[in-house]
Amino acid sequence: MSEREFGFRTRALHAGTVPDAVHGTRAVPIHQSTSFVFKDTDDAANLFALQKYGSIYSRIGNPTVNALEERLASLEGGIGAVATASGMSAEFLVFAALCGTGDHIVASSKLYGGTVTQLDVTLRRFGIETTFVDTTDPEAFRAALQENTKVVYTETVANPSSDVADLRGLADVAHEHGVPLVVDATLTTPYLLRPIEHGADIVVHSVTKFLGGHGTTLGGVVVEAGTFPWDNGKFPSMTEPVPSYGDLSWWGNFGEYGFLTKLRSEQLRDVGPSLSPQAAFQLMQGIETLPQRMGEHVANAQRIAEWLESDERISYVNYAGLPSHPDHERAREVLPLGAGSVFSFGVTGGREVGARFIEALQLASHLANVGDVRTLVLHPGSTTHQQLTEEQMAAAGIPDDLIRISVGLEDVDDVLWDLDQALDAALAATAATEQTEEAR
Amino acid sequence: MSTTETTADAAHAEHPHGIWEPPSPVRRLQLLHSARSIAIVGASNKPQRASHFVATYLLSSSSYRVHFINPRLDEILGQPVYPSLAELPEVPDIVDIFRRPEDVPGIVEEAAEVGAQTIWMQLGIRNPEAAQLARDRGMEAVQDRCVKIEHARFHGGLNLAGFNTGVISAKRQRLDG
Ligand SMILES: Cc1ncc(COP(=O)(O)O)c(C=O)c1O
Repeated sequence: MSEREFGFRTRALHAGTVPDAVHGTRAVPIHQSTSFVFKDTDDAANLFALQKYGSIYSRIGNPTVNALEERLASLEGGIGAVATASGMSAEFLVFAALCGTGDHIVASSKLYGGTVTQLDVTLRRFGIETTFVDTTDPEAFRAALQENTKVVYTETVANPSSDVADLRGLADVAHEHGVPLVVDATLTTPYLLRPIEHGADIVVHSVTKFLGGHGTTLGGVVVEAGTFPWDNGKFPSMTEPVPSYGDLSWWGNFGEYGFLTKLRSEQLRDVGPSLSPQAAFQLMQGIETLPQRMGEHVANAQRIAEWLESDERISYVNYAGLPSHPDHERAREVLPLGAGSVFSFGVTGGREVGARFIEALQLASHLANVGDVRTLVLHPGSTTHQQLTEEQMAAAGIPDDLIRISVGLEDVDDVLWDLDQALDAALAATAATEQTEEAR
Repeated sequence: MSTTETTADAAHAEHPHGIWEPPSPVRRLQLLHSARSIAIVGASNKPQRASHFVATYLLSSSSYRVHFINPRLDEILGQPVYPSLAELPEVPDIVDIFRRPEDVPGIVEEAAEVGAQTIWMQLGIRNPEAAQLARDRGMEAVQDRCVKIEHARFHGGLNLAGFNTGVISAKRQRLDG
């Protein structure tokens, strides 16, 4: 072993997967087992009391899943990670660990629709209130803080508005209030932006998206920086005795490792949304090529955004990689490699033309996902964001003619060809309809 | 230039083994590998105390000979407890300290007298002066680190809890005990 600090590409391939002691298995083995035998009764007792490390039952930990966890912790620069069945359950575990009835969350209003409903409907029903802030200005987040606020929450780059969060500013606001900044970094991945380097305390991902990359498998993860002072008085559950583990204290016994130990040993135990080993294996196959893929995703996205912006059939393009976007300067600063590959645009002629355009695409897939290796398109107003009220839509920055694109890894000229022919087809069809109507 | 030399000479006279610096991960691994015995100073018999976690872990997951020091206790985990380092049946390689920072210099002196190699202050315990004192007595010193976590970092345990070990290696996982 040497002192070398290994690079991102190396860690994407190696972190978390030292070959095992017995067989020397090189790829990560799939430990397809719900449970693991104890060496003896002492071993069992020590494992259950968290007095030693080891696998017990796959709801709480599984060696294949652990490999994925360490790899993502390494790529994010965190102290560790807990993987979950989906991005939504990663978010839920964090809120469930930090908030209870009577507590409050301050969140950006420009969040993935499922996150908005988790906060606005499900958690509100449990007595956890959320104030949504309709700007990236940290002062507006500060103004929304309450005595009982426990979390400040944002995404790195909003979908589909492409607004870029002021992570440093939000971290300062959160820390002055004694609460953590939790960041959903799904759309940027640790290759483009590592929120912990900008002051975030907890990072969550839908691993389903760019990290997995292949669009075959759901997964989520929570990564913690390991620097938040959980003993500051705001989080009694981190310092009080835990009866189900012999009155230990998460902070007292585990210090900086305490939050993730609680998340695994208590929240995964009680809530149960664990990642399966088969899924962890598949997601790791994707993560191994994350750097190479993201480089191409952002290069293709930039090229397509520029092409769309210069085309008169397009009314607007929201992409922080373009100088026309209000957050372009911030994007250049915090996302020097690129502002991701999910953005949005409007087709001149409005909602109907937009719908025809989607119908006419041959290569781009019309579906409700982002971060696939294939190019994806969606009309959020009629799909992902359909459950939001008009006000919530406006707050999320989604006009009803808006089309979201998640640029994939095809030959970029083929994607441009597809967009071009679909725009022609949509406009021709619209012109034809108008003519028929005039003739009548 | 002569003034710097004089300062350097003075520093050398005062600190013949150099200025203490927190050991790197590789050095910590070497310290753990070269040790055969550990004395836990300030060991507790209460299962929820951090020292008890470390003791249970080391007894079950390492090949170290583990000894306990606490003048107020007779037995922990079925093992005898000794009142001081001097009364141990062997010289401990690592002296693992669960005591307040201000108590550490005295333990460093005791450890130097019996001939221990490494002073190890647990997670949350920091005393750089005591670490320098250990260097000056020819010992290595670690502060604010957990022996359990560091041993588990290099022997697979920490990975099984989803933590970032920082270990990148194409060699087979080392086991111990
Ligand atoms: C930014 C963002 N966060 C969270 C999620 C939820 O992730 P999952 O579908 O893995 O539960 C999604 C996508 O669905 C997303 O785009």
